[in-house]
Amino acid sequence: MNALKLVRLTAWGAITVITAALLYVLLSPRDAEQGTGVAAVGGPFRLATHDGRVISNEDLKGRPFALFFGFTHCPDICPTSMLEITNDMNALGAAGRDFRVYFVTVDPARDTAELLKDYLGSFDPRILGLIPKDEAELANIARAYRAIYRKVETPSGYTMDHTASIYLMDGKGQFFGTLDSLETPETRQAKLKRLLARG
Amino acid sequence: MSIRLPAALGAVLAAVLLLATPLSAHDYKIGDLKIDHPWTRATPGGAKVAGGFMTITNTGSQPDRLIGGSAVAAGIFEVHEMKMEGNVMRMRALDKGLEIKPGQTVELKPGGFHVMFMDLKTPLKEGESIKGTLIFEKAGTIEVEYKVEARGSSGGHGGHNH
Repeated sequence: MNALKLVRLTAWGAITVITAALLYVLLSPRDAEQGTGVAAVGGPFRLATHDGRVISNEDLKGRPFALFFGFTHCPDICPTSMLEITNDMNALGAAGRDFRVYFVTVDPARDTAELLKDYLGSFDPRILGLIPKDEAELANIARAYRAIYRKVETPSGYTMDHTASIYLMDGKGQFFGTLDSLETPETRQAKLKRLLARG
Repeated sequence: MSIRLPAALGAVLAAVLLLATPLSAHDYKIGDLKIDHPWTRATPGGAKVAGGFMTITNTGSQPDRLIGGSAVAAGIFEVHEMKMEGNVMRMRALDKGLEIKPGQTVELKPGGFHVMFMDLKTPLKEGESIKGTLIFEKAGTIEVEYKVEARGSSGGHGGHNH
């Protein structure tokens, strides 16, 4: 008798737990665009620009933008990515007039405003450098974007490991997707057009 | 008349042969090593580094290593490996150099092994050639010229980009 009651109680208990879990999974809020339930990408920041201003995420509201973590002592992926997005932005024509790309340096010790100005002058003028003033500011924006950066010693100095995707953010400051160097220009430009259409 | 025809044919043949030869054969040989088309890319303003790329073939029976080199435009020269791990770009200096096994062809290319020109004195401009050297553990030092290709080039003689 008691044993049967125990089994019954246990069964009901299990059903309750499973139902609760199912309800939680089905009803918990998630990002409709991503649909993956991953933590949000993007967040508050306030950083100096290479042309002597300070901007925050609040200033960017209302306009989609892209954001890239890089550094000028980067032989390959940074100049290539900036060249590609320069070409992509040219392909967008007038629709991309107000679009901005932010190049956040992960090497503020070497990437001064002056150097970034010179460097970014080789690319589309809509690409702006953001310079964290210290490790805390860099760590803050990297954390917000789930980006990785790490100093790596080499025989004569150092280089940086870093997340190399270009983040696409919509006008509400929400994560829209990424651009990747391995994608074709057509794919990247189609994504940018969708982003601009969404606003 | 009958003599001119073979002459004309010969001229055509010579022209065809000329066209079939690469316009800028750009390779080097030292010992058992063949180095094909050392190249680099035009640099953005203010850039202090550039990657150098090439293909190295070891036709001998002993392994060798690319352990260093130079480029006149660069203060420092290192041998590096770049790797994408997920969406993270990782870079390492190859402390023991880059091994080229007997019979092996190793490609130094964007996104992988490369030589690193650091402390650049001047920007690299498309169309230039940069004099320099490559130093191998066994084969020794060879003088080469690094051709400066367009920004974003993926290499190839004169750029058969995809």
